[in-house]
Amino acid sequence: MTAWILAIAIWAAGWYLNHRLAHAALSDSRAYALLIPIIFGVTLILMWEVLVTMLDVSAVILPPPSMISARFAESLPLLWADFEQTIVKGAMTGYVIGALAAFAVAILADRSPFLTKGILPVGAFMAALPIVGTAPIFVKWLGSDWQSKAAVVGVMVFFPILVNTVAGLKDTSAMQRDLMRTYGAGYWPTLLKLRLPAAMPFIFNGLKIATTLALIGAIVAEFFGSPTLGMGFRISTSVGQLALDMVWAEIIVAAIAGSVFYGAMALIEKRVTFWHPSQR
Amino acid sequence: MTDTVIRAQHLDLTFETNDGPVHALKDVSLDIQKGDFVSFIGPSGCGKTTFLRCIAGLEQPTDGKISVNGMTPDEARRARAYGYVFQAAGLYPWRTIGRNVKLPLEIMGFSRAEQNERMNRVLELVDLAGFEKKFPWQLSGGMQQRASIARALAFDADILLMDEPFGALDEIVRDHLNEQLLSLWARTEKTIGFVTHSIPEAVYLSTKIVVMSPRPGRISDVIESPLPKERPLDIRDTPEFIEIAHRVRDGLRAGHGNEV
Amino acid sequence: MNRILPALTVVAIILAFWTLAVIPMNAHITADQAQRSGLEITPEEPAARQDISGLALALRNPQIIPLTYTQTRPRLPSPHQVAVELWETTVKKKVTSKRSLVYHGWVTLSATLLGFAIGTGLGILLAIGIVYNRTMDKSVMPWAITSQTIPILALAPMVIVMLGSIGIQGLLPKAIISAYLSFFPVVVGMVKGLRSPDAMQLDLLRTYSANKNQGFWKLRLPSSIPYLFASLKIGISASLVGAIVGELPTGARAGFGARMLVGDQYGQPLVTWAALFAAAITAAALVAILSLIERQTLRSMGMKTA
Repeated sequence: MTAWILAIAIWAAGWYLNHRLAHAALSDSRAYALLIPIIFGVTLILMWEVLVTMLDVSAVILPPPSMISARFAESLPLLWADFEQTIVKGAMTGYVIGALAAFAVAILADRSPFLTKGILPVGAFMAALPIVGTAPIFVKWLGSDWQSKAAVVGVMVFFPILVNTVAGLKDTSAMQRDLMRTYGAGYWPTLLKLRLPAAMPFIFNGLKIATTLALIGAIVAEFFGSPTLGMGFRISTSVGQLALDMVWAEIIVAAIAGSVFYGAMALIEKRVTFWHPSQR
Repeated sequence: MTDTVIRAQHLDLTFETNDGPVHALKDVSLDIQKGDFVSFIGPSGCGKTTFLRCIAGLEQPTDGKISVNGMTPDEARRARAYGYVFQAAGLYPWRTIGRNVKLPLEIMGFSRAEQNERMNRVLELVDLAGFEKKFPWQLSGGMQQRASIARALAFDADILLMDEPFGALDEIVRDHLNEQLLSLWARTEKTIGFVTHSIPEAVYLSTKIVVMSPRPGRISDVIESPLPKERPLDIRDTPEFIEIAHRVRDGLRAGHGNEV
Repeated sequence: MNRILPALTVVAIILAFWTLAVIPMNAHITADQAQRSGLEITPEEPAARQDISGLALALRNPQIIPLTYTQTRPRLPSPHQVAVELWETTVKKKVTSKRSLVYHGWVTLSATLLGFAIGTGLGILLAIGIVYNRTMDKSVMPWAITSQTIPILALAPMVIVMLGSIGIQGLLPKAIISAYLSFFPVVVGMVKGLRSPDAMQLDLLRTYSANKNQGFWKLRLPSSIPYLFASLKIGISASLVGAIVGELPTGARAGFGARMLVGDQYGQPLVTWAALFAAAITAAALVAILSLIERQTLRSMGMKTA
């Protein structure tokens, strides 16, 4: 009972604080925009800690945050090795291959309006399919090491990037194309000077969607077979051993990796498409 | 004095649309002399923009002949015979004003030094010197349109084709730009084709006013302006000016009358 | 309508690539098998064959090319093999059979739909809260956005085990995974939609002195519908992937995920491929149904479909 009262008190305090901050004069400033969600997150974690420890919830069901952070701190070398295996080797390699392949196909198909018209619906359709399911097939073909994970990731990121690139290359106004015609500009100058820059916001949209897909692909593909290393491997074996604190520690790594990867793409996007209304 | 730069003979153009064919131009014949400032005026659908696009080779006439500098419009375009200014500035948002002006120069393969030299010169011409590092979206609409004129002037074509370039601007800015355009024309001695739907603008700017009427698009009157080349803004209050404006208005009304 | 022919062409190109790829992919196992049944194969040594590519092997032994399309355990099944397997496990099997993909499909689909309904419902509620409550907006919205950059699908195995250890099994754990995967896209899309009316439209309602309730039902909700459908389509495919992945770690006996694992573990690639395609067809059908409802709804609301 006291546990519940304490938890509700923490909630009330956190909410009251955020209510004050959200209605303060400076509430739209950057610092507040960061502070308020952090307070909210901390409130939830405190409640979680209090409820789990005081109600003696088994660590097999839900370990308290303190236990997870302790596990995280003492397993840093292991977590780093898993990160390298899954994110750096599996996800990143696949992401780069998939993106390059998508650009290549988009540029090749670009000269034929007929093909681009077909690629848009087919690609959008493929992007909605559960491509993670190809993981067992790729594991069979390429072995259980990171190569098969990179292949799954490559296929997963290929379609959203392809569709966005093709759509972006089509996104110029008739007036802009006429302008290039009055200069007597051919296909390549028009592509390089007009259509490619104009397509950048679309391309980055695809690249950003693909970051999350890449991590999902690399982690989930390991559920189908992996060396004794990797985030997906660790999650599935730790779940089997009921070592949920380790699972949570890997999830923290996945969350950080996901946000950093996405953030990095968003940062590059800001640099490249600074001129777009959404970035100004 | 009487060098004909643009000659259209019996131009016909029919668009096929979902609602059937549209007769955009019918039997349009016109000669434009070197150094002329020609305005095309008429209600929407009269083919004035289509005619300008035919001169630029952006539209292919279905019938008739058109020559620019003695060549076909396509050849003239490849010979960089004209600069084109659209209704909207259409500057590339990812390029600075300076690099926007250099865009045609890059495509046409001018040297780096020449590009810079020409950019500075034309930005000066449109009164935008010092703005080359700004991005288009940091400038007002009038300044953007001036930059797009600079872009059309950059490769020094003899002909300037302008399609309602000031249509989207407010009256005060438009007056100012009209004045600047006239002085630019006087200094550069270019041949200008100018589409507008404003009577005062057409009369104020032109040496020759082509009145067009719709359905099918055709020329209903060609008025040679007796106004002097030097034109301060208050010329618009003189009887001569008002008389020409009357004639244009009558021409427009006559074109409409046929249809009713 | 004029997109159908180009789309079919692209599909035909993909199928052609696939069909051609079957030859080099299956060349080695086909060669081994053909040799055992007495056919001449060059090079004769199985070890020597490992050193050359599948393509070279097939070109040197053109007689095995037709055989690459009829392997029972191919590395890459040909399109017609997958089609036949799909046909046999859907139409020709009784729905109650453990080998019927319709049965497995329903197991996965029921969890998907239940989870999708829960996730969408909660997502819409939270979005309304976020739009009308500033504190909620500032506290929760950043997390909802961040959640889209995180592979939260990785939580799936833990959810299964966590719920399993407190005695909840079967449909519900998978539905919960589906629910939280569709929840966040719906929240983000719906908030965007509810905020899409511009200042002028809001001011107009203010001149009528409309209250918050009227503003919601007459302006905000209708203008959010296109955004809602866009997120629903993302949400439903995420839900399906969630349900499938939820079937993997616990060795579930039924569902698309289970079929993929079975095919994988017992060396029956056709089973894996058929399950994969059945899952893809299901996902496509779900998205297509939503698109149809979207078109009908938007048309009856007088909006254009995107």
